[in-house]
Formats: sequence, C-alpha cells, structure tokens
Amino acid sequence: MGDGPPSIWEWIGRNWDTGRADSIRNLLTDHLTMSLVPIVLALVLALPLGLASVRWRWLYQPTTGLMNVVYALPSLPVFMLLISVTGLSQTTVIIPLTFYGMAVLIPAVVDGLNSVPDHVRQSAVAMGFTPLRRLLQVELPIAVPVVLAGMRVVAVSSISLVSVGALIGQGGLGGLFTRAYQNPFMPPVIVGIVLIVLLALVADGLLVLAQRLLTPWVRARKGQAS
Amino acid sequence: MITFESVTKRYPDGTVAVDRLTLEAPTGRITVFVGPSGCGKTTSLRMINRMIDATEGRILLDGVPVQGIDPPTLRRGIGYVIQQAGLFPHRKIVDNIATVPYLLGWDRKKARATAMELLERVGLDPALAGRYPFQLSGGQQQRVGVARALAADPPVLLMDEPFSAVDPIVRTNLQDELLRLQSELNKTIVFVTHDIDEAIKLGDQVAVLQVGGRLAQLADPKTLLSEPADDFVREFLGQDRGIRRLRFISTAGLRLRTDLTVAEGFDGSSPERWLLVVDGDGRPLGWRSSDRPEELEPFGTFVHGTDSMRAALDAALLSPSGCAVAVDERGRAVGVATRQALDEALAEAADG
Repeated sequence: MGDGPPSIWEWIGRNWDTGRADSIRNLLTDHLTMSLVPIVLALVLALPLGLASVRWRWLYQPTTGLMNVVYALPSLPVFMLLISVTGLSQTTVIIPLTFYGMAVLIPAVVDGLNSVPDHVRQSAVAMGFTPLRRLLQVELPIAVPVVLAGMRVVAVSSISLVSVGALIGQGGLGGLFTRAYQNPFMPPVIVGIVLIVLLALVADGLLVLAQRLLTPWVRARKGQAS
Repeated sequence: MITFESVTKRYPDGTVAVDRLTLEAPTGRITVFVGPSGCGKTTSLRMINRMIDATEGRILLDGVPVQGIDPPTLRRGIGYVIQQAGLFPHRKIVDNIATVPYLLGWDRKKARATAMELLERVGLDPALAGRYPFQLSGGQQQRVGVARALAADPPVLLMDEPFSAVDPIVRTNLQDELLRLQSELNKTIVFVTHDIDEAIKLGDQVAVLQVGGRLAQLADPKTLLSEPADDFVREFLGQDRGIRRLRFISTAGLRLRTDLTVAEGFDGSSPERWLLVVDGDGRPLGWRSSDRPEELEPFGTFVHGTDSMRAALDAALLSPSGCAVAVDERGRAVGVATRQALDEALAEAADG
C-alpha cells in the first residue's frame, strides 16, 4: 500500500460514487439504459414488422435485406452520421443498436410464427378463433421460444456494443476503456470488462428464466426426449 | 341435418375441386366422404364450417344456409377433429379440451370440469389432464382431439382423416371407440377418409367421390358393396367385396347344432368325427377327433347374434374341424355352426 499506484479495490472504492458523471455507478446506469432501451425498442418494432412479413410474404425479403445492410454498417461511422441529427446524446447510441436488434429479431419473429405447425393453425381456425385471438393465444405463444432465443443474442450483443459509444463520449462502461489511452492504468479496463460481462450474463440468465416461466411446454418436451 | 345443394368449388385457376355436390347428411348419423386424393372430400368437409367457401350452391345446417353465419360463430357450434390432432402444444391437455368453451366465454371452472368429464369419456386417464400434448402418444393425442371437438356439445362433428396418422392397431381401437361414443351421443358426423375399409366400418352412409369432386355413389355400406354404381366405385372398393360384405350379415339366423358338445374327460364313442370338448363352465377347450381322441385340436369362436358372418367364417377356417364354435357374451359355447350350416347361410346372403 502506501505511495504506489492504488490497488483495483481501492480504485473501485474511490471511483464508485463520486457524484460525477463518470463515476462507475453512473457509467453502469448509463450502460444499462443504452443497452436495455434498444432491446425493448427492437422487440416492439420487430413484432409488427415480423407479423407483416408473415402476413404479406413479399415484405419479408426487402425487410430482412434492408436490416442486414444496416447490420453490416460499422457502428462508428453510423454514430458519426447521427451526431449531426441527435448530437452527442444517448439517443445517438440507442438508434443504431435498436436497428441491430431488429436485424436479429425480425427473422426470429418470422421464424417463430412459421414454427407454428399447419395442423395447429388450421385446428385453431376450425375451433372458431377470430384472427386476432388466434394470433394472441395460439401463434405468438408458440413463437415465444424462437423469439426469446433471438432476444438472448440481441441482449448480449447490445450490452457489449454500447461500449463503442465511448468514442463519442456515450459508451457507458466503455468510458472506462478510453481512459487507458490517456493513462496506462489497468484497473478501470478490468472493471469495465468484468462489469460488462456480468451484465451480459445477468441479462442472459433473466431471459433463460423468462423462457422457463413462459414456456413450460418446451421443457416438458425436452424432458420427454431425454 | 346437413344439406349440400349443388355445391361447387372452383379455384381461380379453373380447377374444380367439388362439382355440383348434392347430398344430405342425416341427423344423428355418420356420413363418410371417401375417395382418392384430389376427389374434393376434405374441401367438401371444410365448406360446411366455411374454412373454405363454396363458389356455387348452398350448404344448409338444419335448413339454415351456412354462408349467412359469421365463420367464428359457426365454427364454435361445430366440432372439428383434424388429422394429427392439431392440439395446441403450449396448452395443457385439460385446457386444450376446454378450447371452445373458453372461446364461448364459459366460466373457467365449468369449462375445466367439462373437459375433465370428456377426458374420461374418451377413455383417457384423468391424470393426463395436467400434461402437455408432446407427452402423449399419437393415439392419446387423437382421443384428446375428439374430446376437444365434443367439449361444447355441438350437434355436428366434422372429422378430417382423424385416424390416418396412427398405427393400425390404435386406429382400430379409435374406430371402435368412436362407434361406442356415437351410440351414446348420436351426433351428426361427417367423416372424411381415403380408406374404404374405414368408410365401410364407420359409415351409416358412404359417399364415394371421384377425382374432380364428382359424387360417384351415395349408399349405405352394404348396398355399396353389393351394388356399386359404376366401374370407378367397383375398382375403388377393391377385390374382396363379397367377403367384406359378410360383415353386414348377422349370425343370428345361423343354424347351430348343440349335439356335438361333450364335457371334459368324455371317453365314449360317437358316430361324429369331430366333437367339441368344453370345461365345467361350458367354455370350449378344443376339438376332439375320432382319429386321435387323446389330443385336442384348435378352435375358433364367434359371438352368436352379435358377430357377423365374416367372424363366423373366420372361426370355421381356424379349425381343422371346419366348424365354428358359437359362444355367448361370456364365452360359453352355445352350439356349433357346421360347414353345412355356414353354407346355407352364405347361399342366403348371396341371394339377398
């Protein structure tokens, strides 16, 4: 101890809650906001677009094609472009991440709805479901496992991608990495990586839990197979 | 009663799936639509509950044109059993069965209670109620499908090849079960199949359709077998029409001999070459031949008055004696149908 550089724990203690915008606590909150908002937005937007692509098949190719192009765009220039519109705000990070999420979730919604067996759909019609009720009570519930699998990919990639925003000053925990350029001091980098990985693991765990609660019938099916 | 009045289904590309179909499916009876693939039998079925709309003609349900009824409302009043059962994988068995009651807005408790009753009614263990469809065998799933179709007690039941995806033994069980249920419920059933044997077994009347959706013949199974309307029907019925017709001839009039039965341990002599040995309860043990009285030969039985001539003939062919053993419901021998008696009955059947 004494005069040398502070240990990682001392550094965390000192920087956890300084009251400044770049305290670890504030960076963590920012990171959560900038990764969770795109996940939710992507799902909310992908559902109607996915439904439309199933209803009108010709929509599917152009929609997913466009989304794949967006997905292929490197995030950094997209941030730069958006700065002229939304400035150096969190929105500049949230918009491209939402599009990346949609690129994964639209096909997931489409695949999920297509995973409803034809005889199940037909029997729903024959039982007297109205189209809306059939969608809400039969088709969407059966699509849930496939959509949730997509959500897991989106959640993890979104949480990881936020840190790139640090280059425009909005990277959440990514802010801890840029400091290493200025000062070759490792604790912030380690703390940043560990927290991001932990966030990703927690988000993934929550989604797995949601899957277990929402789709007990999938577990029952696996139990049967084993 | 379901009435087809010159019903045609023509697709935009000009294909005619059903061609001026006119027939009646009487109340409380099973009407079977049978025919090769492409004969429009499923299309005809689906026009009843408007899963497909007719291009021309009318379909009436007890005199009311179905075209005038809102499809979801119409369908909730008509039971439907689909091939592969079509159960909802995400719903427990009890909730699958209660589907239509839920749609009709029944109280949840009442819907579930009805579902539990039906589960037993179709011969399933109530313990299955809490399982998911994937945990059931194909035959069990199909029974659940039937229970689901019956849940809201609809007067009409449409069945679209319901038993064709299960193995033959299970299929026979399901067919027997359907006939048992029907004897209790008396629904108006329209049943679609490509299997002529199934049609003959289940149908009170059979509509044979041919490719292009034309009705080739509408008749009860016995008439269909003895008087096929044309070459198409004759060919579709297959080779052994005569043998299959025996299913519809009762053994009630079959002359039985009661003087050929002896108790176990009989050691006397008889002018007859074959004697039927029975145990203390009167159950058959085997045939005793005068050539080798120490050994019992195999025998075949039929239930007198209940089983058909086909079963009696089958029983006779199973035994070296050539005679069939008539038994009562409890399996006790009531007499012997000799070759002569069978021959007389067959001659009579061939006449009528």
